[in-house]
Amino acid sequence: MNFEEFAAKPLLAKVGIPIPTGMLAHDSKQAASAGEALGAVIVKAQVPTGKRGKAGGIIVADSAAETQAAAEKILSMTIGGTAVEKVLIEQRAAISQEYYAAILNDADSKGPLLMFSDQGGMDIEEIAQSQPEKLRQLAIDVRSGVQLSEVKALVEPLVDASVVQPLADLLCKLYQAYADNDAELMEINPLALLDDNSLMALDCKFVLDDSAIKRQQELAKHGTPDKLTGRELAAQELDLKYIDLDGSIGLLANGAGLTMTTMDVITHYEGSPANFLEIGGEAYTKATEALKLMLDNEKIKSLVVNFCGAFARTDVMTEGVINAWQELQPEIPVFFSIHGTGSIEARAMLKDRLGMDSFTTMDEAIQAAIQAAGSAGGANS
Amino acid sequence: MIVRGSESLLVQGITGKQGSFWTGKMQEYGTNVVGGVNPKKAGTECCGVPVYASAVDAMQAGTTFDVSILFIPPLGVLAAAQDAMAAGCKKLVCLTEHIPVRDVMFMMAEAKERGVQIVGPNTAGLVTPGECFVGFMPAFDPAIFKAGNIGVISRSGSLGTLMCLNIVQAGFGQSAFSGIGGDPIIGTTTRDALEALDADDRTEAVVMVGEIGGSMEEHAAEYAATMKKPVVAAFIAGGSSPPGKKMGHAGAIVMGDKGTYKSKKTALEAAGVEVLATPSAIGPALVNAKIPQC
Repeated sequence: MNFEEFAAKPLLAKVGIPIPTGMLAHDSKQAASAGEALGAVIVKAQVPTGKRGKAGGIIVADSAAETQAAAEKILSMTIGGTAVEKVLIEQRAAISQEYYAAILNDADSKGPLLMFSDQGGMDIEEIAQSQPEKLRQLAIDVRSGVQLSEVKALVEPLVDASVVQPLADLLCKLYQAYADNDAELMEINPLALLDDNSLMALDCKFVLDDSAIKRQQELAKHGTPDKLTGRELAAQELDLKYIDLDGSIGLLANGAGLTMTTMDVITHYEGSPANFLEIGGEAYTKATEALKLMLDNEKIKSLVVNFCGAFARTDVMTEGVINAWQELQPEIPVFFSIHGTGSIEARAMLKDRLGMDSFTTMDEAIQAAIQAAGSAGGANS
Repeated sequence: MIVRGSESLLVQGITGKQGSFWTGKMQEYGTNVVGGVNPKKAGTECCGVPVYASAVDAMQAGTTFDVSILFIPPLGVLAAAQDAMAAGCKKLVCLTEHIPVRDVMFMMAEAKERGVQIVGPNTAGLVTPGECFVGFMPAFDPAIFKAGNIGVISRSGSLGTLMCLNIVQAGFGQSAFSGIGGDPIIGTTTRDALEALDADDRTEAVVMVGEIGGSMEEHAAEYAATMKKPVVAAFIAGGSSPPGKKMGHAGAIVMGDKGTYKSKKTALEAAGVEVLATPSAIGPALVNAKIPQC
């Protein structure tokens, strides 16, 4: 779950990392009074996406009038598909250098990874590409946490000697914020060295580990939910993994890998999938709800039901689909491929109740569905 | 990773609905289940084996086990894994999905220090056809699993099952199925699983099933080029997935240039691994590679 800057920065302040004095404004009037109170400011769009600066969503202002104008401009923008609804107005400080600092969950070292660069304010992938020697990394043992001496050694080659100690202290606090909040990513970019030689976090990006939301419920209230379509929202309430796509072939499969593959193979045979819908894992008993949800999509011209049961029992899933089918009596053609746990019972049920057979392979079921979608006038775009 | 019939198994969470269902299936198939764990039902029996309060208790009662499998809800997994490791278990199979990553990192750090191999989290388990399985795989379905010479590695249980079905339909069989799990941080990587299969006497060739996200397939490709045995083919799921979306598995997400289908395909092809357009193409690929059928 992504947190916007205004929601992420308080997590830094909480562990003692300095952040600029700022105010959130939802309209130009609030912005003007913030400008009045704060003086020379920077006005920043609050959206759950990077590249705000490039999109024009960050403007400096030196008076209440300028602040109001900047806020008005930004609040009328759409950045990365999101209409800007609020701006963060912060006091500007005199900056002598910008650093980059982040801690993330690293798959290669299987633990926390601290990254530091003296090339702050830039896209970190660019630094990693063009100046790898300017990006230093430290793998941390999650059990003992970060060690001050290691952090000092990490930053020493890149910063002035007078900055090493306060910077290392700040990075240890950043680790604290990362650990306390079940972060997937806790990033400060830029981390500014000010003219008075103090440090300040000018931006913050925090991503909460989705799997930790169940034990971070208070915190999660401040995050920005993913932008979902109506069906995606309904699916979320049912605890189903559903994503709307543009095509004409509806697909229902079990397990993430098989569902992605069903999409891939539909695409391979030049069809186009209408959705990603997985009912694997604990969701395998929800076939009825799942089917109702996807049939709500008018673009669907034919349907593939692709089950390969491991944990998920295909007999339970198939029964759910058949129940829904008999209840809803949809007019679109459906094609089944059923294998794995419970498949003998599932195929018998399919034959008995719908008079249908499962295809021998997924490929055949998919090709039949694509052909049916085509003849239904649902030519694939 | 590979599990063989001579190994003994402890089932943590044996008394739950899934725990007892799959313990029964594993026993029917021939897996040597020696005990189970549920702190609230210690002293009872389940599936014909004794239930202990903890893995450490089982060990102290003289029940030795080579492998432990965890049928445990997400927030209880770290404690259960620590219990199994404290009991001296060197191989853990962790099925649970949606464990907080911070807990997973604690498990991994402890496992590294103790020399423990964790399979998963979010794996469907391990199978040696005709001998035993540990997890929730349809090992007992002869259309899907048949003793043979192909080692199969998969991040996904359902897709791994489909690949095994296609292998059997093409007249081949498996020496081992290694489900490694769909989480972003897992104990046994694709590369680790390749090493185990390269060293395995029964395996003559390897088939890989990967997916978008992370860089495991790229690391595995480097190693594949150095193996004694051929990695005949790979299927990478998610080539048609939109970027920036988690495709069901927490680990299956493309961020910028990282984790893309293209990057994985390029790396595998450079290592001489054929990348399949559909899982059903595995049969012809194995025939072309002149792998003996069984």
